[in-house]
Amino acid sequence: MSIHDEAPPGVRLVGLTKSYGPVKAVRGIDLTIGAGQTVALLGPNGAGKSTTIDAMLGLSRPDAGTVEIFGRGAADAIRAGLVGAMLQSGQQPEYLRVREVVELTASYYPNPRPVQEVLELTGVAEFADRWATRLSGGQSQLVRFAAALVGDPDLLVLDEPTAAVDVAGRNDFWRVMREVAQQGKTIVFATHYLEEADAFADRIVLLARGRIVADGPATEIKALAGTRTIRATLPGVETERLATLEGVASVQRHGDTVILSCTDADTALRALLSGYAAARDLEVRGGSLEEAFLELTDDSEDGVSATPEAVIQTETAGVNS
Amino acid sequence: MNVGTHLKFEVLRTFRNRGFLIVTLALPLVLYCAVTPGNKSKHAMVENMPFELYFMTGMAAYGALFAVFSPTTRIALDRQRGWGRQTRVTPLRAGTYLSAKVATAFLVALPCLALLYIAGTAFGVRMSASQWLEMTGLLLLGLIPFIIMGITVGHLAKAESMPAVIGGLVVVFALFGGAFGEFFNSGATLKVIKLLPSYWLCQSGKVAKGSGGWAAEGWIVVAVWTAVMIAVAIPAYRRDTRRA
Repeated sequence: MSIHDEAPPGVRLVGLTKSYGPVKAVRGIDLTIGAGQTVALLGPNGAGKSTTIDAMLGLSRPDAGTVEIFGRGAADAIRAGLVGAMLQSGQQPEYLRVREVVELTASYYPNPRPVQEVLELTGVAEFADRWATRLSGGQSQLVRFAAALVGDPDLLVLDEPTAAVDVAGRNDFWRVMREVAQQGKTIVFATHYLEEADAFADRIVLLARGRIVADGPATEIKALAGTRTIRATLPGVETERLATLEGVASVQRHGDTVILSCTDADTALRALLSGYAAARDLEVRGGSLEEAFLELTDDSEDGVSATPEAVIQTETAGVNS
Repeated sequence: MNVGTHLKFEVLRTFRNRGFLIVTLALPLVLYCAVTPGNKSKHAMVENMPFELYFMTGMAAYGALFAVFSPTTRIALDRQRGWGRQTRVTPLRAGTYLSAKVATAFLVALPCLALLYIAGTAFGVRMSASQWLEMTGLLLLGLIPFIIMGITVGHLAKAESMPAVIGGLVVVFALFGGAFGEFFNSGATLKVIKLLPSYWLCQSGKVAKGSGGWAAEGWIVVAVWTAVMIAVAIPAYRRDTRRA
């Protein structure tokens, strides 16, 4: 790719909105993924990851917003063979052997990779002659991965690729993914495992309740999502003063309750107790990603605190050049 | 995009489902062989046709009708298993997909017809080569609206309701079309019956007695049903991208 060519991004989502009946699954997502980036869509169940991916792939029509893949509409890009996808919880078709599933998928693409090469790369070759419906969860997942790869697409979209796969299977999967990422593909994968997103993605887009709540390099998001909070009843103390405590990143006050978001909750708790004897009803929460999401989104939902603190938008998050 | 590979695997998947295939091919054949010997001696002629020919054409229409619904359950199961959605994110074209389904349906119907022709010949059916060909040609044309109906149903109904839906459709169309005998052969009822494509499907065999194939009305009915089924099938296929 020449420096002077303004290559279109791998994926561009603008103002994506989608409701299922009264449920607002996605509430305005703007996301640009540069060609060659590996991006994790991280979020708990119901965050809107699959809805976003379905819209990205033209499987559902968004209520509002646009989808572009390498500068084209989704259907167009798919027809041109630019996209390979592994959808969530897809089962293998009946009456086909493993090799045939991959062969069949290869036949749909204009310039597929050699089937045998992909079978070997993904480790599927070992059981290529078995019926596709008679596989373990991990094996079936690898077959779907092989099918996503065999068309040699420029964009790979993987919706929770390691759901229902055991630990050994996950490791195999990510080992292959690393090799593929090195070939310069644009990769978007959804996961609710922070460790996977952190280990594999250049960039993490954190989704909760249908919105992007954070977007940045994996290390920053990991720090954010790993945050623990201390809640305490502590009237009459200025939040600015509490924010200076060691281990505290930011402070919010809801009435008499203060919420300290901590980089180091243990240290912060000690400092709080030694400095403010009046603090009571102490509660240390967090650690889990789920709670970090809820914390981030509760605030932005209720408008209790200003959202900008909760939403971290880092400079490196945009299109990479 | 290699259309041949898609068609090959489509056919292979259908023919690997042995149980289904055997029942589909055997049912009309068994019915024909069970009913024909006794009735052949009782009624020499029915509707101006020898019984063995009359019933062979009826069973051919019924058996082929049943056979062309063979892609239907496959479609519903593929959707349920997420394979339908999976193929939508590949460059597979709707035209390739649909024409492979149509071809597969014909490929199941043809051996079904062939078996009945062999049995018919064994029971004494004699026709000229052109009569055999004309009958077969009209049967295949008459199946087209049903093939598309089957594809549509596959995209609309759930896999577990397929036995009831397919069984119901086949029996209703076969019975009222006259595959088991012409129960409605006069008056206003017949006018309505003639609006069914299965009536003309069952009439395909009547060319054997020299009636000159379908009347103009038959061509129109089959064409209109085909057009309507296509108009229903395409949006049903297009919209069918939801998670099962």
